[in-house]
Amino acid sequence: MAEEAAVGCARPTGGPVGEENKNETPQSHEISKEEQSMIKVGQKAPDFIAPGYHKGAFVNVKLSDFLGKWVLLCFYPGDFTFV
Amino acid sequence: MSIDSMFVHKMWNDHELEHMVKGGVPYPMLSDAGGKVGTVYGVYDENAGVEARGRFIIDPDGVVQGYEVLTPPVGRNVNETFRQLQAFQLVRETKGAEATPSGWQPGKRTLKPGINLVGMVWKEWKTTDAFD
Repeated sequence: MAEEAAVGCARPTGGPVGEENKNETPQSHEISKEEQSMIKVGQKAPDFIAPGYHKGAFVNVKLSDFLGKWVLLCFYPGDFTFV
Repeated sequence: MSIDSMFVHKMWNDHELEHMVKGGVPYPMLSDAGGKVGTVYGVYDENAGVEARGRFIIDPDGVVQGYEVLTPPVGRNVNETFRQLQAFQLVRETKGAEATPSGWQPGKRTLKPGINLVGMVWKEWKTTDAFD
Protein backbone atom coordinates (compact mmCIF):
# COMPACT_ATOMS: atom_id res chain seq x y z
CA MET A 1 0.00 0.00 0.00
CA ALA A 2 2.75 2.44 0.86
CA GLU A 3 6.39 2.61 -0.12
CA GLU A 4 8.99 3.63 2.42
CA ALA A 5 10.20 7.20 2.04
CA ALA A 6 13.80 8.41 2.07
CA VAL A 7 14.47 10.64 5.07
CA GLY A 8 16.39 13.82 4.35
CA CYS A 9 16.70 17.15 6.11
CA ALA A 10 14.00 18.87 4.10
CA ARG A 11 10.41 18.86 5.22
CA PRO A 12 8.76 16.68 2.55
CA THR A 13 5.33 17.36 1.20
CA GLY A 14 2.98 15.78 -1.30
CA GLY A 15 0.06 17.00 -3.31
CA PRO A 16 -2.70 16.17 -5.74
CA VAL A 17 -1.87 13.89 -8.67
CA GLY A 18 -3.60 13.22 -11.97
CA GLU A 19 -5.89 15.24 -14.16
CA GLU A 20 -6.79 17.94 -11.67
CA ASN A 21 -3.19 19.11 -11.67
CA LYS A 22 -3.12 19.83 -15.39
CA ASN A 23 -5.59 22.67 -14.87
CA GLU A 24 -2.96 24.74 -13.10
CA THR A 25 -2.24 27.14 -15.92
CA PRO A 26 -1.52 30.78 -15.10
CA GLN A 27 -4.57 32.20 -16.86
CA SER A 28 -7.02 29.89 -15.10
CA HIS A 29 -7.78 31.97 -12.01
CA GLU A 30 -11.40 30.95 -12.07
CA ILE A 31 -10.53 27.30 -12.37
CA SER A 32 -8.23 27.45 -9.35
CA LYS A 33 -10.99 29.17 -7.39
CA GLU A 34 -13.38 26.44 -8.42
CA GLU A 35 -10.91 23.84 -7.18
CA GLN A 36 -11.28 25.31 -3.70
CA SER A 37 -15.00 24.68 -3.64
CA MET A 38 -16.31 21.55 -1.94
CA ILE A 39 -16.00 18.27 -3.76
CA LYS A 40 -19.22 16.43 -4.55
CA VAL A 41 -20.56 13.11 -3.29
CA GLY A 42 -20.88 10.46 -5.96
CA GLN A 43 -17.78 11.75 -7.74
CA LYS A 44 -14.21 10.48 -7.77
CA ALA A 45 -12.08 11.44 -4.80
CA PRO A 46 -9.15 13.57 -6.03
CA ASP A 47 -6.02 11.43 -6.04
CA PHE A 48 -2.95 12.57 -4.11
CA ILE A 49 0.43 11.46 -2.82
CA ALA A 50 1.43 12.41 0.71
CA PRO A 51 4.38 11.56 2.94
CA GLY A 52 3.53 10.20 6.34
CA TYR A 53 4.42 8.18 9.39
CA HIS A 54 3.14 4.62 9.73
CA LYS A 55 4.13 2.06 12.37
CA GLY A 56 7.70 3.20 12.88
CA ALA A 57 8.53 4.13 9.29
CA PHE A 58 8.26 7.15 7.03
CA VAL A 59 6.16 6.28 3.98
CA ASN A 60 4.71 7.80 0.83
CA VAL A 61 1.00 7.08 0.49
CA LYS A 62 -0.98 7.37 -2.74
CA LEU A 63 -4.76 7.38 -2.39
CA SER A 64 -5.32 5.40 -5.61
CA ASP A 65 -3.22 2.53 -4.22
CA PHE A 66 -6.22 1.82 -1.97
CA LEU A 67 -8.65 1.19 -4.85
CA GLY A 68 -10.59 -1.97 -3.96
CA LYS A 69 -10.77 -1.00 -0.28
CA TRP A 70 -12.95 1.36 1.70
CA VAL A 71 -11.02 4.45 2.80
CA LEU A 72 -11.71 6.91 5.60
CA LEU A 73 -9.78 10.10 4.89
CA CYS A 74 -9.65 12.39 7.93
CA PHE A 75 -8.27 15.91 8.14
CA TYR A 76 -7.64 17.67 11.44
CA PRO A 77 -6.22 21.07 12.46
CA GLY A 78 -2.98 19.88 13.97
CA ASP A 79 -1.00 17.33 15.94
CA PHE A 80 -1.37 17.52 19.74
CA THR A 81 -5.02 18.54 19.32
CA PHE A 82 -7.93 16.12 19.59
CA VAL A 83 -9.21 14.50 16.41
CA MET B 1 -3.89 14.15 7.50
CA SER B 2 -2.81 17.56 8.75
CA ILE B 3 -0.36 20.31 7.79
CA ASP B 4 2.15 18.93 10.31
CA SER B 5 5.29 17.26 8.97
CA MET B 6 5.76 13.49 9.21
CA PHE B 7 8.44 14.19 11.81
CA VAL B 8 5.90 15.90 14.08
CA HIS B 9 3.47 13.02 13.41
CA LYS B 10 6.16 10.63 14.69
CA MET B 11 6.68 12.67 17.86
CA TRP B 12 2.95 12.93 18.52
CA ASN B 13 2.46 9.19 18.00
CA ASP B 14 5.50 8.14 20.00
CA HIS B 15 5.06 10.55 22.91
CA GLU B 16 1.30 10.90 23.32
CA LEU B 17 -0.90 8.69 21.13
CA GLU B 18 0.93 5.51 22.09
CA HIS B 19 -0.34 6.13 25.63
CA MET B 20 -3.92 6.14 24.29
CA VAL B 21 -3.71 3.34 21.69
CA LYS B 22 -1.59 0.27 22.36
CA GLY B 23 1.03 -0.03 19.63
CA GLY B 24 0.38 3.48 18.38
CA VAL B 25 -1.76 4.73 15.51
CA PRO B 26 -2.49 1.72 13.24
CA TYR B 27 -3.06 3.73 10.05
CA PRO B 28 -0.79 6.15 8.11
CA MET B 29 -0.57 9.67 9.57
CA LEU B 30 -0.21 11.82 6.45
CA SER B 31 1.42 15.21 6.01
CA ASP B 32 -0.14 17.93 3.88
CA ALA B 33 2.37 20.73 4.48
CA GLY B 34 1.11 23.70 2.48
CA GLY B 35 -2.46 22.44 2.46
CA LYS B 36 -2.47 21.44 -1.22
CA VAL B 37 -4.50 18.28 -0.71
CA GLY B 38 -6.77 20.00 1.81
CA THR B 39 -7.44 22.75 -0.71
CA VAL B 40 -8.60 20.23 -3.33
CA TYR B 41 -10.88 18.63 -0.72
CA GLY B 42 -12.23 22.02 0.39
CA VAL B 43 -11.08 21.76 4.02
CA TYR B 44 -7.98 23.99 4.04
CA ASP B 45 -8.41 27.37 5.73
CA GLU B 46 -5.88 29.67 4.08
CA ASN B 47 -6.19 32.38 6.74
CA ALA B 48 -5.60 30.06 9.68
CA GLY B 49 -3.15 27.88 7.75
CA VAL B 50 -4.78 24.69 9.06
CA GLU B 51 -7.33 22.13 7.94
CA ALA B 52 -10.86 21.72 9.29
CA ARG B 53 -12.05 18.43 10.76
CA GLY B 54 -13.02 16.88 7.42
CA ARG B 55 -13.93 13.21 7.11
CA PHE B 56 -14.48 11.54 3.74
CA ILE B 57 -15.85 8.04 3.08
CA ILE B 58 -14.33 6.76 -0.16
CA ASP B 59 -15.62 3.49 -1.67
CA PRO B 60 -13.55 0.74 -3.38
CA ASP B 61 -14.04 2.48 -6.76
CA GLY B 62 -12.48 5.67 -5.37
CA VAL B 63 -15.82 7.49 -5.26
CA VAL B 64 -16.67 9.85 -2.40
CA GLN B 65 -19.87 8.52 -0.82
CA GLY B 66 -20.10 11.01 2.02
CA TYR B 67 -18.27 13.64 4.01
CA GLU B 68 -18.54 15.72 7.14
CA VAL B 69 -16.60 18.90 7.88
CA LEU B 70 -16.47 20.59 11.29
CA THR B 71 -14.65 23.67 12.53
CA PRO B 72 -11.79 22.89 14.95
CA PRO B 73 -13.49 23.28 18.38
CA VAL B 74 -15.94 20.37 17.91
CA GLY B 75 -14.75 16.77 17.62
CA ARG B 76 -16.26 14.02 15.51
CA ASN B 77 -18.49 11.08 16.40
CA VAL B 78 -16.64 7.94 15.39
CA ASN B 79 -19.73 5.74 15.92
CA GLU B 80 -21.67 7.77 13.36
CA THR B 81 -18.82 7.40 10.89
CA PHE B 82 -18.85 3.61 11.36
CA ARG B 83 -22.65 3.55 11.03
CA GLN B 84 -22.47 5.38 7.71
CA LEU B 85 -19.63 3.15 6.52
CA GLN B 86 -21.67 0.01 7.36
CA ALA B 87 -24.70 1.49 5.60
CA PHE B 88 -22.75 2.26 2.43
CA GLN B 89 -21.24 -1.22 2.51
CA LEU B 90 -24.70 -2.80 2.80
CA VAL B 91 -26.03 -0.75 -0.12
CA ARG B 92 -23.01 -1.76 -2.19
CA GLU B 93 -23.32 -5.46 -1.28
CA THR B 94 -26.98 -5.48 -2.33
CA LYS B 95 -26.11 -3.54 -5.50
CA GLY B 96 -28.60 -0.86 -4.49
CA ALA B 97 -31.52 -3.28 -3.99
CA GLU B 98 -31.65 -2.16 -0.35
CA ALA B 99 -31.46 1.33 1.11
CA THR B 100 -30.95 2.39 4.71
CA PRO B 101 -33.60 4.85 5.96
CA SER B 102 -33.07 7.55 8.58
CA GLY B 103 -31.93 6.14 11.90
CA TRP B 104 -30.79 2.84 10.40
CA GLN B 105 -28.37 0.81 12.47
CA PRO B 106 -26.86 -2.60 11.62
CA GLY B 107 -29.62 -5.17 12.15
CA LYS B 108 -32.45 -2.72 11.67
CA ARG B 109 -34.85 -2.91 8.77
CA THR B 110 -33.80 -1.66 5.35
CA LEU B 111 -36.04 -0.42 2.55
CA LYS B 112 -36.27 -2.01 -0.90
CA PRO B 113 -36.73 0.86 -3.34
CA GLY B 114 -39.14 0.14 -6.16
CA ILE B 115 -42.61 0.82 -7.48
CA ASN B 116 -44.25 -1.11 -4.64
CA LEU B 117 -42.65 1.16 -2.05
CA VAL B 118 -44.11 4.36 -3.49
CA GLY B 119 -46.52 5.76 -0.91
CA MET B 120 -45.93 2.76 1.33
CA VAL B 121 -42.89 3.86 3.32
CA TRP B 122 -45.22 4.64 6.25
CA LYS B 123 -45.90 0.91 6.55
CA GLU B 124 -42.22 -0.01 6.55
CA TRP B 125 -40.76 2.81 8.62
CA LYS B 126 -42.01 4.69 11.70
CA THR B 127 -40.79 8.07 12.90
CA THR B 128 -39.57 6.35 16.08
CA ASP B 129 -37.11 4.43 13.83
CA ALA B 130 -35.27 7.71 13.30
CA PHE B 131 -34.21 7.71 16.95
CA ASP B 132 -32.43 5.33 19.35
